[in-house]
Amino acid sequence: MIQLKEISKKFGDTLAVNKASFKVEEKETLVLLGTSGCGKTTTLKMINRLIEPDAGQVFINGENITNQDPDVLRTGIGYVMQNIGLFPHYTVAENIAVVPKLLKWDKEKIKVRTRELIKKLHLSENSLSMFPHELSGGQQQRVGLARALVTDPSVLLMDEPFGALDNVTRTSIQKEFKGLEELKRKTIVMVTHDVQEAFELADRICLMDKGKIIQIGTPKELLYQPVNDFARKFLAGQRLALEFKVVKIQDIWPYLPKGALQDGKSLSADLNVWDAMELLRSSDRSELLVSGTDKESKAINFEQLIKGFNQFQNAQVHE
Amino acid sequence: MNEHQQTLWQFMHEQSDKLFAQTLQHVGLTFISLLFAIAIGLPLGILIARKRKLSGTVLGIAGVLQTVPSIALLGFMIPILGIGAKPAIVALLIYALLPIIRNTYTGIIGINQHVKEAARAMGMSKSQILLKVELPLAMPVILAGIRTATVINVGVATLASFIAAGGLGEFIFGGISLNNTNMILAGAIPAALLAIILDALLSLVQKMDFKKLRKALYVLPVAILILGGFYALPSAYGSSLTAGFTPEFMGRQDGDLGLKSIYGLKIHTIVISDAVMYKAAFSKELDVISGYSTDGRLKAFDLKILRDDKSIFPPYYAAPIVRDEALKQFPQLAETLNLLAGKITDSVMTDLNYRTDYLHQTPERVAKDFLISTGLYKAPKNGHNGVVRIGSKIFGEQYILAEMYSMLIKGNTDYEVSTKTGLGGTKICFDALMNDQIDFYPEYTGTGLLVLLQPDPKIAKEMAHDKDKTYDYVCTEFEKKFKIKWLKPIGFNNSYALMMLQKQSKDLNVNTITDLKNYLDKN
Ligand SMILES: Nc1ncnc2c1ncn2[C@@H]1O[C@H](COP(=O)(O)OP(=O)(O)OP(=O)(O)O)[C@@H](O)[C@H]1O
Ligand SMILES: [Mg+2]
Repeated sequence: MIQLKEISKKFGDTLAVNKASFKVEEKETLVLLGTSGCGKTTTLKMINRLIEPDAGQVFINGENITNQDPDVLRTGIGYVMQNIGLFPHYTVAENIAVVPKLLKWDKEKIKVRTRELIKKLHLSENSLSMFPHELSGGQQQRVGLARALVTDPSVLLMDEPFGALDNVTRTSIQKEFKGLEELKRKTIVMVTHDVQEAFELADRICLMDKGKIIQIGTPKELLYQPVNDFARKFLAGQRLALEFKVVKIQDIWPYLPKGALQDGKSLSADLNVWDAMELLRSSDRSELLVSGTDKESKAINFEQLIKGFNQFQNAQVHE
Repeated sequence: MNEHQQTLWQFMHEQSDKLFAQTLQHVGLTFISLLFAIAIGLPLGILIARKRKLSGTVLGIAGVLQTVPSIALLGFMIPILGIGAKPAIVALLIYALLPIIRNTYTGIIGINQHVKEAARAMGMSKSQILLKVELPLAMPVILAGIRTATVINVGVATLASFIAAGGLGEFIFGGISLNNTNMILAGAIPAALLAIILDALLSLVQKMDFKKLRKALYVLPVAILILGGFYALPSAYGSSLTAGFTPEFMGRQDGDLGLKSIYGLKIHTIVISDAVMYKAAFSKELDVISGYSTDGRLKAFDLKILRDDKSIFPPYYAAPIVRDEALKQFPQLAETLNLLAGKITDSVMTDLNYRTDYLHQTPERVAKDFLISTGLYKAPKNGHNGVVRIGSKIFGEQYILAEMYSMLIKGNTDYEVSTKTGLGGTKICFDALMNDQIDFYPEYTGTGLLVLLQPDPKIAKEMAHDKDKTYDYVCTEFEKKFKIKWLKPIGFNNSYALMMLQKQSKDLNVNTITDLKNYLDKN
């Protein structure tokens, strides 16, 4: 659990972070979202004391971090840098082994753990003996991730971990990333300025502007209950795509035609509208069989899906 | 050309022991001082990379130190550290410091900020960051600095021979003062090769990738230590007394070689420049030195000349040498210059030198006082009947003689005078005379014979110990070969001499070179 209490940081005249407070629960992923220069990185760095706040406190698992030795604190927190920051003079294997060596792991243990991780992150075995400059940007980012994850820290801070990637690669890595069991056990604070990415990966989003927190909430709350104009406008451009991602079949269940009590192979109503549409589009099927909470199953085609979604939307607006 | 190369080869072959020893000393000096320079420069560079405010001051001081001329720096060192290895190493260290500090500093501050931050973010302590991230990443730049420093050191180390620290400078500067090209080359070629080889080796290390570099970095300090250790090798033989000889003296038949072959003198010898030799003798760092019999410092430092009882030192009677053309152009010149003939004895010359060298009177004043006291002085006539150009070598006695001649010419003739004093050594002065840049300068019979004429060794040996034969020989030969006339000798004989402190000479009862040899053999 991470808690920030009214932390502020000034660089000269610019107030980079202004009385920011939030709480990240155990195993939750909080995404800091905002335009360039709004103070995301500064906020993140104050969690592992790369930057000391001018005011306010930070607690990790209930303990004030200013009372801890910064080096010890940092070895216990995974950190993925905005600029990757691999050591150019270390091989991939050595880069990954930096923190384990600081913690005096034995060689065998480091080896086993490194093998396991690179498999999970889809890095090849022979890349281990390469130097960072011999890797592609995407591969470097995976190494950066492996370096942060290798000691399996319970807290993970990530600063635009996919920032250096093109859109196609990014989407695929995000998917892989989301699927990693390893990450589901962790309390994560992640920074991005990419709205899609925030919605893809966040349990909750913390929207920032000019050093201030504008709104904290689930993606759905941000979409449907924006606290002010800024929040509304921030998402406006990609609203429809976001809504498809946020709204689940379960949400539009009442607006779908009645189905039948049925057993057999069916999809979960946890599926979001975007994924449902993709499934319909990519397979030859004209209908998806979805089962709701009440054991009722519905066969839905594309038109029904859109119609149900539209009715749900109207209901939200009139609420 | 071929013959020339052969003789160089022969020289190197003959002197291979010395050459080997000098090369080792040279490498040793270079690397000992390099080691110290790294030991000081690296931490300083790291310090100013941490505290940037200090960087201007530290780099400024190191920069200024580097602009101090090497000879001057060596000179400053002597009162503090004496002669020999210590001051030489310190001076070299000072030259090597700037590139090492500067490159350590720029290497560290040039490291990608994100990489440093990543190191911090992963929980590395300050010292871990320094050792595992900053130094390895700055290493190629630091190595470039070390490479520059090494090359500088190889060059400056040649000057170490001025203060008895050995090295290839012994051949180079000995060769220059002896006008011996082979000797110069025997020192200069190995020195240049050393610089080139070390530069190439270090550039290889510098260009290694990180993996190889890591291994190389374990080897490098060991290599530097071993190379530095060359200097610590003991010198050929020890003896109860220590002699300091100039590089010139070391290489001459009528110098150290003669002492060895004719007297059988075995003395622990270091090579040292004329400029610091007397002081070193006075402060008892040296027991015996080679010097000139009319040197003013003889008097200043209370030294005694050991009599050359087997007369290996040829006579060096001073006399003006004049181009024949100049004598034609200035008919009164010979007569005027000869006014000084026979007027200055050894002890008078020593006294005159003492006044300039030790009492710091100007050569002009010393010259005038002398001319007045001997009744030769006449007020200048301020004539305009052509300009006589006087040259002199770059030491005190020659300045005084040039001043005297200038006054005599001005007082006795209608000629004007221009003096070109300080024309370096024999070779420069003589070339100026040959090339019609000066009309005359005072030269010594021994030098004329052995350095300028360089006759068959047999002829040289035959007449070298006879004052009149030598004078007659140079007179005829110069006329024949160069169209240059020797006028009448001035009187004093500025020959080589071995000298010792008066007190020590008395204590040991050593008055002649043979006494010295006997004393050394017994002790
Ligand atoms: N070390 C620093 N010195 C001075 N100003 C800084 C420093 N670090 C950040 N700032 C300023 O603080 C503000 C917030 O910076 P921060 O890096 O936190 O932004 P960000 O939200 O991470 O932006 P981006 O998305 O571009 O990474 C910016 O105006 C920036 O110029
Ligand atoms: Mg940032």
